[in-house]
Amino acid sequence: MTTKAEVVKNFGVVQTEEMVLNMGPQHPSTHGVLRLKIRTDGEIVSSIEPHIGYLHRCFEKHCENLSYEQVIPFTDRCDYLASMANNHIYSMAVEKMLGIEVSEKVEYIRVIMTELQRIASHLLAVGTFGLDVGGITPFTYCFRDRERVLDLFEYTCGARLLYNYIWVGGLSHDLPLNFRQYAQEFIDYFEPKINEYNRILTYNKIFIERTGDVGVLPAEVAISYGCSGPVLRGSGVKWDLRRDEPYSIYDRFDFEVITGDGQMGSLGDCWDRYFVRVREMGESVKILRQALAGLPEKGDVQENIPKKIRPPKGEIYFRGESPRGDLGFYIISDGKAKPYRVKMRSPAFSNLSVINEIGAGWMISDIVTILGSLDIVLGEIDR
Amino acid sequence: MELAAIQTRVGAVHPDALVPTDEGAAYLSMTPEHWADVAQLLRSDEELRFNVLMCLTGYDRGPGEPLGVAYNLHSMDKLHKLEVRIEVPRDGGKIPSVAQIWRTAEWHEREAYDLFGITFVGHPDLRRILLPEDWEGYPLRKDYKEPDYYRGIPVPKDKRGWE
Amino acid sequence: MTSFTDSLIELLGGLAWVPENAAGIIFVTVSVLVALPVFLFMTLNAMVAVYMERKVSAFMQDRLGPMEVGIFGFKGGKRFWGGIGQTVADAVKLLGKEDTIPGEADRALFIIGPFILFGAAFATFIGIPIGYGLVISDFNIGIFFVIAISSIGVIGVILAGWASNNKWSLYGAMRSAAQMISYELPVGMSLLLVVMVVGSLQFHDIVMWQEQHRWFLFHSPFTALAFLIFFASGVAEVNRTPFDIPEAESELVAGYMTEYSGFRWSIFFLSEYANMAIIALMSAIIFLGGWLSPLGGLFRTFNLEQSWYFLEGPWWGVFWISIKAIALIFVMMWVRWTWPRLRPDQLMYVAWKVFIPFALANIFFVGIWELLLG
Repeated sequence: MTTKAEVVKNFGVVQTEEMVLNMGPQHPSTHGVLRLKIRTDGEIVSSIEPHIGYLHRCFEKHCENLSYEQVIPFTDRCDYLASMANNHIYSMAVEKMLGIEVSEKVEYIRVIMTELQRIASHLLAVGTFGLDVGGITPFTYCFRDRERVLDLFEYTCGARLLYNYIWVGGLSHDLPLNFRQYAQEFIDYFEPKINEYNRILTYNKIFIERTGDVGVLPAEVAISYGCSGPVLRGSGVKWDLRRDEPYSIYDRFDFEVITGDGQMGSLGDCWDRYFVRVREMGESVKILRQALAGLPEKGDVQENIPKKIRPPKGEIYFRGESPRGDLGFYIISDGKAKPYRVKMRSPAFSNLSVINEIGAGWMISDIVTILGSLDIVLGEIDR
Repeated sequence: MELAAIQTRVGAVHPDALVPTDEGAAYLSMTPEHWADVAQLLRSDEELRFNVLMCLTGYDRGPGEPLGVAYNLHSMDKLHKLEVRIEVPRDGGKIPSVAQIWRTAEWHEREAYDLFGITFVGHPDLRRILLPEDWEGYPLRKDYKEPDYYRGIPVPKDKRGWE
Repeated sequence: MTSFTDSLIELLGGLAWVPENAAGIIFVTVSVLVALPVFLFMTLNAMVAVYMERKVSAFMQDRLGPMEVGIFGFKGGKRFWGGIGQTVADAVKLLGKEDTIPGEADRALFIIGPFILFGAAFATFIGIPIGYGLVISDFNIGIFFVIAISSIGVIGVILAGWASNNKWSLYGAMRSAAQMISYELPVGMSLLLVVMVVGSLQFHDIVMWQEQHRWFLFHSPFTALAFLIFFASGVAEVNRTPFDIPEAESELVAGYMTEYSGFRWSIFFLSEYANMAIIALMSAIIFLGGWLSPLGGLFRTFNLEQSWYFLEGPWWGVFWISIKAIALIFVMMWVRWTWPRLRPDQLMYVAWKVFIPFALANIFFVGIWELLLG
């Protein structure tokens, strides 16, 4: 009888070598110009090293050379899928430094826009996540509906992607004629569509097999890495700045903070993160209904816009809930018309840094899935 | 917990760590020497429990002045916030890394190193993150001069229509 | 039983001006002549299937698909036939594209790769009938020939992936090798069961048996299961979603085809659609009664009059088999545009732990079924 030791003695051990694989910067599943340096043993990935910075556009350096109001178009271009949220949070940070209160109507319009933006951004995240696991049709369904949100934005401010709509102290335009009616029509149309995504993608057996139990992110790890937004909530942490640190007028609305519950595997897997986004769209619809009902008819949206923006000396850290998580701005002012230093704490930056932690040990196909479930936007990671 | 209470709490354990701040400042100022221990205390103390590092910002006080790092901490359990500032000399300034305490800091410290040239001692992998590996200088410093050439390609200096 | 080859040899041999001892010349002539319709069929099939794929996917995705390109000024109308010239334009574009070979590639293997895949698909068509007597050569080992030849294709895939000198292509090739070889087993086993019942490997005999009895799909629950296993494994053999891991555009970026362009790439494309047609035709012949009319079977079951047996002539047979094959191709497209993709290990799981045990048990049970009821 031959023992294993004899076999090893006579024939040696089968040696396997690790292979270094470059995923990106040109790769369809890296959602932009992200480069992942992957060490693989066959199909199994042993470590992932993200290389970022391919889209670095010196946002923070730009800010030091621009006046406060000129920074707003640049925040658009950071997270280009959630420009309204970026505008909103940056404007609020500067307003807080200046001590400006904006009118009721402006607050309502800002919330409506931000929530519409959240729906648009989550639709893209859900659709491209479908693409990452190989289902192409859900993506086109999501784009069909995202188009209607973009149409609403276009009707409001003329732009479809980079809006520059929310200004410090107000808005660039008032709402156009019949906007309330069109928005109402959209949410009536959109709400049943969420079920359609669930039917085609969420509860598909193959989809569950691909995403359930894959890339499990435990809550402590998520908190330690500073993950936020749906990535953190997917791990079961009930944390949403709209509820926990209510800014703007979010404390007036009744909505639920969605968390993952490990329905299709372990708590904090890709499916949970994905499903949090799907359900959050429903919550955004809820907020929109209430906001549209409470939207004041009369009011000037530009009455509080300051002539000169010169915040007093000092600094502020202000954060809010963008579709991807906690978006923060750390602004230092030296009392001049240009900010002394602007730091943008982008949620996807921290969310991406966790990829080696949860991705190592899975297969190449799963890396694509995990990356998709983190929903990164490179424009905001590289700034 | 209020700022003053936190200050007392930290001062009780590490009296040398605190640097006096201006009247009405909304942050704590610290020396780099004790920062690693203080950070550990902030993270694990029962009263403080700052488990989230919201933001880590490098800043430059101006040419000839020190460089600084601002840490914005938050506690999800206790729901309080804290800003800690550490300033180090411009050349050869070193700050202990907190990447092992809050993993968020790993990439944020790399970013501060990349753009300001602040060295974080004990960081597991301190490399440039946003800029290319061979970039010279630290662009967000106030005395940064943009290079004339980058890899043999002249950098455009004519800024008409840009500003 | 006649076939193209037999008829051609008879025809040429009978011509007055052909010399007596010209067997060699006749052989060469016939070989060339029979290759032409196969090639024509493959090309046409790819063109029609691509157009169909685009339109089917478009209507599933709330789009219109190609709508602009026409032929000779005919654009094809508003909705369904729109953009009818798109695939022709695509074919012309592909042939006109620059044919690049990576500098570090293994040139010889890189060039041979696609042609091996193409050759396998091409040779497979020799054995597949598309109507009564409409076959290039009617082997008495038909099924065996088709399975044997079609599995040569995987060599082309591996060569292409290896020769590209690209890690992603190599991954595609390795996945493809594992997948195609694994899925040949359930394919073979589910066909074995039909062979057991009929007692012949010849396609004509199988269809004749179905004419006398019933379609294999309705013959017994085991043959119905065999059909499912065969069709699913067939979809896996041609690398289509949900089994398209060798190409996996979101992971491997087209896998073994990444480095190919222009003509060579279109050869891959042609072979892929040819393989699709092969799987659809084989399923139609073996399980769905081939060129038999579904109506005829229906009337025969209910003992209706002889005069109802229309639509059963040899040319109607071509119509019926095409309808069945197109329906099956539609199912493949339907699945592709609806479902996500499996992971490599899940794919292997499906083959080795689901399909193969079921196919094995199937063989056993169909034997008992035939003993008791046959």
